Amino acid sequence: MKYEFHTTQDVLRLCKKHNLPISEIAKKYEAERAGKSIPAVRNKMKQTRDVMYEAVRAGVKSTHKSKMGMVGGDAYLLGVALKKVGTMMGNKVTVRAMAYAIAVGEQNANMGRIVAFPTAGGAGVVPGTLFSCAEHFKAGKRKLLRSMFCSSAVGLIIAEGATLSAAKGGCQAEVGAGVAMAAAGLTEMRSGTPEQCFHAASIGLKSYLGLACDPLGGLVEVPCIKRNALGCMSAIGASDLAIAGVKSYIPFDEVVWAMKNIAKIMSPKLRETALGGLAVTPTGNKIKKKLGMRITK
Amino acid sequence: MANLSIFDIAGPVMVGPSSSHTAGACKIGQFARALFHRTPRKIKFYLHGSFGEVYKGHATDKALLGGIMKFMTSDARIKDSFKIAKEKGIEFEFIKKDLGREYHPNTVEIVLENRDNKMSVIGSSIGGGMIEILKIDNFKVYLPGRAGKFLSLVIMHDGDKGIIQRMTKKLKTQGIKVAEKVHTKVKEKTLTVLSIEGRRITLPEVMELEKNTPGVDFIRSLSKLQKE
Repeated sequence: MKYEFHTTQDVLRLCKKHNLPISEIAKKYEAERAGKSIPAVRNKMKQTRDVMYEAVRAGVKSTHKSKMGMVGGDAYLLGVALKKVGTMMGNKVTVRAMAYAIAVGEQNANMGRIVAFPTAGGAGVVPGTLFSCAEHFKAGKRKLLRSMFCSSAVGLIIAEGATLSAAKGGCQAEVGAGVAMAAAGLTEMRSGTPEQCFHAASIGLKSYLGLACDPLGGLVEVPCIKRNALGCMSAIGASDLAIAGVKSYIPFDEVVWAMKNIAKIMSPKLRETALGGLAVTPTGNKIKKKLGMRITK
Repeated sequence: MANLSIFDIAGPVMVGPSSSHTAGACKIGQFARALFHRTPRKIKFYLHGSFGEVYKGHATDKALLGGIMKFMTSDARIKDSFKIAKEKGIEFEFIKKDLGREYHPNTVEIVLENRDNKMSVIGSSIGGGMIEILKIDNFKVYLPGRAGKFLSLVIMHDGDKGIIQRMTKKLKTQGIKVAEKVHTKVKEKTLTVLSIEGRRITLPEVMELEKNTPGVDFIRSLSKLQKE
């Protein structure tokens, strides 16, 4: 295959050879792999984007509480705060990004329709960051679509080099991966070079390495949803650093390797089993009791 | 790992709350159902590792059952799959079980039964909605959740080499090329997985092939799962 890639090095080589951004390589790779035309691939991504939009739109309006009553209505609160953004420390872009990310998370917790981008637990970071920033730049739909392709390419490198499963790698594999993907996508939206995109991804992912997956009662609610919100802030920050010319000292491939290494060492109690961390705090145990789960000492 | 699709990352479109515990589980259910080929009367789900610990909160149980009833990962009916299964007269049970260390923490063994057939399928959800089928009855296999361009035929037969050879030839005359063959042997039976390309094989063709090839117990096509 002409556009096949597995690592950052592959992608950068292809970008240089064809003088194309990461998103185009990803698009061509998919078209080649699936034997489809470029417009067909783009259309599929459009459908993906529309579902994400729907989830965001429904989420910011909803004040519905989840079954256990742990989450719900926070995106709405942020939406209200957005109207008097002067009272916030963050600017409109970051607050809106958090509102969108939480909206997706809340929809997910209520068994609404979302896109697992890259997974359901980390599904808020990419739409939150990209949609909010696209609104800010008044970026056209095509530009947004391109940044989504770029994000997917970064996700693919993580999936091949490490894992996207919290049961295997903890939260670094879900929210962490989402941050890396969003940071790269945003950097491409801001016309960063492919190298800058990967610097942003490295900087983003590095600060999430080793993060435990310890949700209360095993539900994708606490702390997952708010982690997605703060993930957007990290992604925007990482992209800012890269655009300013800051480089990651460690190349992205090695960061991904480190993630795999940590996943191997990480105790299963911190990998989506609800047997450690926040899940076994007194509050966590209360939720477990409510769900009829065994409480371990 | 095989070449992933961009849409393995940017997807699947699904109902929450977890891609591995809900969407992946649903897909394993779909696969098991396609392999069983008929509506099961009785299903037992043995949940391993993380699946066993947190399945209730993630609606893994509802998603698995939904998949068995051919629901897509984005189908809102997954929420009500218990009720729908009961209406259809399907008995189901969820049991926590350690399947062994060699399996991914998100693994389930599904035992499907109806009046005269019984089948066991082991599948793992490896993250982001991607899955692998690793065991069918006692046969070790490897069927990735999204075969992409390559579609799979699963064939259980007597183990005579000629059977597969004849079948490959026959498929070729119908415009279907066999790209890859994997055989697993257990006792006197053999399970073969053929990756095919060229064009989609239709259900009547599969049934005809099953009926007209002596020595074959069953053939299952997994191509219809590709749409999402």
